[in-house]
Amino acid sequence: MSKISILGLYDNPDSAADALDALSEAGFDSNNFDVLTGTPYPEGAFGEHVPQHRLFRFPLFGAIVGLTLSVFLTSTTQIVYPLITGGKPILSIFAMLVIMYEMTMLSAVITTVIGILFESRLPNISMNVYDTRITEGLIGVSLVCTSDKKETAERALNSAGSMEIKSSGR
Amino acid sequence: MQQRRQLDEKQINRELLNGNLETPKWYYPVMGVLGVGVLIGFATILYMFNRGLGVTGLARPVYWGLFITTFVFWVGISHAGIMISAILRLTQAEWRRPVTRAAELLTVFSLLTALFFPLVHAGRPWRIAYWLIPYDWARGIWPNVRSPLFWDPIAIGTYLTGSTLFLFVALIPDLAILRDRTTGIKKTIYSMLALGWRGNPRQWQLQVVAGVLLSALMLPIFVSVHSIVSWDFAVTPAVEGWHSTIFAPYFVIGAVHSGVSAVVTMMCLMRWLWKWNNYIRPEHFDALARLLIIVATAWLAFTFLELIFSLYGRDAPEIALRELQMFTWPWNLIFITFLLTGYIIPVGCWLFKRCRNNIAVMFWTSILVNVGMWLERFLIIVPGLSRKQVFVYTWEGYWPSPVEWIILVWSFAWVSFLMLLFAKFFPLVPLFEAKESQVFTTEMKVGRATVPMVIRE
Repeated sequence: MSKISILGLYDNPDSAADALDALSEAGFDSNNFDVLTGTPYPEGAFGEHVPQHRLFRFPLFGAIVGLTLSVFLTSTTQIVYPLITGGKPILSIFAMLVIMYEMTMLSAVITTVIGILFESRLPNISMNVYDTRITEGLIGVSLVCTSDKKETAERALNSAGSMEIKSSGR
Repeated sequence: MQQRRQLDEKQINRELLNGNLETPKWYYPVMGVLGVGVLIGFATILYMFNRGLGVTGLARPVYWGLFITTFVFWVGISHAGIMISAILRLTQAEWRRPVTRAAELLTVFSLLTALFFPLVHAGRPWRIAYWLIPYDWARGIWPNVRSPLFWDPIAIGTYLTGSTLFLFVALIPDLAILRDRTTGIKKTIYSMLALGWRGNPRQWQLQVVAGVLLSALMLPIFVSVHSIVSWDFAVTPAVEGWHSTIFAPYFVIGAVHSGVSAVVTMMCLMRWLWKWNNYIRPEHFDALARLLIIVATAWLAFTFLELIFSLYGRDAPEIALRELQMFTWPWNLIFITFLLTGYIIPVGCWLFKRCRNNIAVMFWTSILVNVGMWLERFLIIVPGLSRKQVFVYTWEGYWPSPVEWIILVWSFAWVSFLMLLFAKFFPLVPLFEAKESQVFTTEMKVGRATVPMVIRE
């Protein structure tokens, strides 16, 4: 059975929330439908399942990696070229701390951005149906289902007052 | 908040993308003038590389002059972005929304420009590699991690990378709007940059969390960068006026003062040039001016603390340096100008609501602040070096040569050129923030008054 992507367009958040309810009542799994908006709405505004993420692990991991690398860089480079300057010790902790701090933070920021993209499922190259009017204020309710359930899905989307329904095969 | 208007998403798209989807009449002539300025600047830099540092006014004992002053100045301006964007995001200040992108952008471009100056100052920039990058595997020569001159590129590199990523992450939803409004090759490029953004609840949730998390990560970097720049001076015991324990917070607060003022300048220009009166409103200038009064006063306190600490030590050379800075021609003129432009005139104006709500007054006072802040860096760097000290047998006054002045002017043309170039392809005001503001803000009747109300999650 081939899979299809269906998109219902709504002009207000209440209708979009009704569409999600209608899809649930029609037996569709909430993992298979999504709300698409051009504006960040408050969490749960459409009665949707609030997504869970693990973004906070990424900066921690990055910080540990950055700290390890910086300890290695600052200590080994001084040990292999032990030139005493200004009577300071070869492993001058205060000076090393500056580099260690910056590299730890740099690595934490880079891994956080990687984490943001990963957790946002970006880059997204799916060919699911989309409408450019979503970034102009319309609210899209997107659904992926097998082609035999197309009519049921369209009926559910229409029952909530859909302005337009678009679909595409995958 | 009282000046807010209810706008629909179509109108927000149309108004805030007016510089991206159409080209204003003034755009190409202005870019042409700036482009000529940039070319003249680069030609001058190449001329200086060819002839050597002898074409500058730098001579023993003043080895650090206008280039390093301008380097510190641009690093200072770069503090605008994170100050505005991160702190206001973390404190959920509603008025931050139209300001954040411009502030982050100013951070990125001013840091890029700041990085040019140590290279230009070195005279032979290709030799920077000898101390910047651990490249010489064969002879085992490594950079000296104990030198503040090595801390500098690490700190600025971290700040630049972080700020660029911060800017990009917040730009993704707006890139999707541009993708949906363009055709042809432009659409292809915006589609690639938008990374397939669809605007589902997961992506929006991550976008909000990312803003807070990256802000929290960038704030400590922001504080460290200008602290480290200050240590270029503060850990040098041999130069009077430099060896100060309060330089780190003094530099950071000074950077915030000049950076936020630069954001005000930019916001005035954005309002005038793109007519974004619905988004950049007098209330935003009012809020920024109130913030600036506090920042400027804290900075002034540090200025006097630094002076008092040096006098309290009763060290004769230190007192002689302060006499030079404040009472000897031409330094006394620079000192008075710095105080007037950096604090007295602008803060005097900002105390009055009428001035805070007047865009032209805010524009000129914010420019005055940065004139003052540039002079402050000049006053910190040059007099300490130019004064006759024990065991120094050559000394002379320093006056920047035309080459240095041209390169200084070039830096302003370069930053403006980059900003306008960015503005042609990407929105300067975050559209999704403007739209979110419409969703999260409403009006409420209290008695007979209608007052705005902000919803916070």
